[in-house]
Amino acid sequence: MVAAQRRMVQLRDGRFEAEVLTAGSGQPVVFLHGASGLYWDDFLSALAERFAVYAPHHPGAGGSTGLEHLEHLWDLVLYYYDLFDALGLESPAVIGHSFGGMVGAELAATDQSRVSRLVLINAIGLWRDDHPVGDWMAMTPRQLARLTYVDPEAPAARARWQPPEDPAARTEWQIARLSSLAATGKFIWPIPDCGLHKRLHRVQCPTLVLWGQRDGLVPPLYAEEFGRRIRGARVEILPDAAHAPHVEQLPRALELVSGFLAG
Amino acid sequence: MKVCMFHLMPYRELPEDFEQRTESVWITPPSELFDPARAHVMYNETLDELEYAAQLGLDGVCVNEHHQNAYGLMASPNLMAAALARRTTNAALVVLGNTLSLYNPPLRVAEEYAMLDCISGGRLVAGFTVGTSMDTNYAYGIPPATLRERFFEAHDLILQAWTRPEVFSFNGRYTKLRYVNLWPRPLQKPHPPVWVPGSGSIETWEWTIRHDHVYCYLSFYGYANAERMVQGFWEQVAKMGVEPNPYRFGFLQLVAVAETDAQAQADYEEHIRYFYRKCLHVSPRFAEAPGYRTMASIRYGTGAFGRISTAERMAFTWRDYVDRGMVIAGSPATVRERLADAIQKLRIGHLMVLLQIGSMPHELARKNIELFAREVYPYIRGTWDDRWQDHWWIKPVAAPASPAALRG
Repeated sequence: MVAAQRRMVQLRDGRFEAEVLTAGSGQPVVFLHGASGLYWDDFLSALAERFAVYAPHHPGAGGSTGLEHLEHLWDLVLYYYDLFDALGLESPAVIGHSFGGMVGAELAATDQSRVSRLVLINAIGLWRDDHPVGDWMAMTPRQLARLTYVDPEAPAARARWQPPEDPAARTEWQIARLSSLAATGKFIWPIPDCGLHKRLHRVQCPTLVLWGQRDGLVPPLYAEEFGRRIRGARVEILPDAAHAPHVEQLPRALELVSGFLAG
Repeated sequence: MKVCMFHLMPYRELPEDFEQRTESVWITPPSELFDPARAHVMYNETLDELEYAAQLGLDGVCVNEHHQNAYGLMASPNLMAAALARRTTNAALVVLGNTLSLYNPPLRVAEEYAMLDCISGGRLVAGFTVGTSMDTNYAYGIPPATLRERFFEAHDLILQAWTRPEVFSFNGRYTKLRYVNLWPRPLQKPHPPVWVPGSGSIETWEWTIRHDHVYCYLSFYGYANAERMVQGFWEQVAKMGVEPNPYRFGFLQLVAVAETDAQAQADYEEHIRYFYRKCLHVSPRFAEAPGYRTMASIRYGTGAFGRISTAERMAFTWRDYVDRGMVIAGSPATVRERLADAIQKLRIGHLMVLLQIGSMPHELARKNIELFAREVYPYIRGTWDDRWQDHWWIKPVAAPASPAALRG
């Protein structure tokens, strides 16, 4: 179990401060988290044994400030290039989960030189009227958990969606979760389609699309949609996982992702 | 003291088992429960009730804005106010309010309010509303994290449009306009009084006081429950070194008057229960989108204001409604006494009374309005006036134009 270090990075003369969890050495890999927040979990820990992992909190989530200066998704994309610059990352691999997947895809599409390899884990960003993406911001934590995990009661899952008992800890936990939902929601409310479908043709780096078959939020047909639109993309759908295969099917997910990142 | 009749215009005929078989009164109430033929009657009865209150001499009548729900059917408060403008003479038209971020561009608020002010002869009170999460985020798709910023920017645009004499450009984050030059402009100078309804966001207090507007607390859990929250508002007033003029504050209170206390229960209990069980049956899915309240408000409010759970709300009895001051109900004497207490405790300069509640049918609403207007209002209307002036009230023209008689 590799513990992460907290690094605070100033951007644009202090307008932004990014909180980045980082560990490991070697090939740089950036992990962009999903709407509910960033968790330094066994997946990131295991990756940190082989790679230099950088996991920033999105602006407005965790200790990352400056959300008020970002109006549109375009602003967020440019923010991340600035963050890569500040971290000395020329062309890292990028793993994006859910909302983070959409952002990762935009980063790879916009400036093709800045992302060397792309992993999309149950990514949002596309929309089909016949299978709308679920509205996770109109769900209770329990309702969302049921769509996110095959087994919401398993310890790894429960740790991520169940609030702590202690009232003070509970308040802080809720505030952290709400902050992340609000901050990511700013860019994709009310429908998580910001036009990524118009830009995916620009993704040129090797891409792995990893999905949980039983995702109740973003059904696996979206994995095929990403796969079709990104030249040469590889699609892997894991049967006993839902919206977070890197949590519920850790060994297999790790094998696929590590192997893919190592080239 | 100004006393206005507030009306939510609920859909009065939801089925008995509504809250058991539907998810929510807001956003997802089944459309088959809405009968436009009955709504035709309800809209006209609502307007009749407000006009009756005006006719009996209450200081004003209030309309509000909500979307996609059976709790209140005024999706456009300005349409209601326009209908009332021609059939009232002296009463203030309190539009509380336009949910600013839902008007694109917000210039439309400036224009429609100017029209209402002109048509009514200067009787408009202009409410500027941030809006509930249900209305703004879920019904109208506004990203929660942007809501307050949009509201503040829209407010600035509207006030500039009302007051700047020259043609100007507005380069906002959410609204960009090259040529702003309002025709018509409001009658009242410098502009109609601005009231801002809120329900517990601490940023709204500071902003409202700084802009010298009226802050209105609209909540249904009674003045006993509201006391701690309202105290926070007056503390903010003191902290900002501003005089504690009660006319800086507006408050909504459910009121039900009958001949005796027992008669009030007999007449009104069923309808009040309808309100609390059905009209407030909002799914937690839609009650508050993440980012709707700032983290500062959440930290301040968590535990402090006692948000009422569904279980609690469903279990309220008549005694709960009355003892907690959720509804001030009883004989005229009882109501006078309880209201006087609330007015003093909360320093209410602008009292808004909800006289049609839940499923309350038209004739019963008329009874409530009449008893209130004749037996309660005269006793409370003079409060505060020995010491305080109302700087946030209408300044109507002396000789308003009245509608011509309809010729056959």
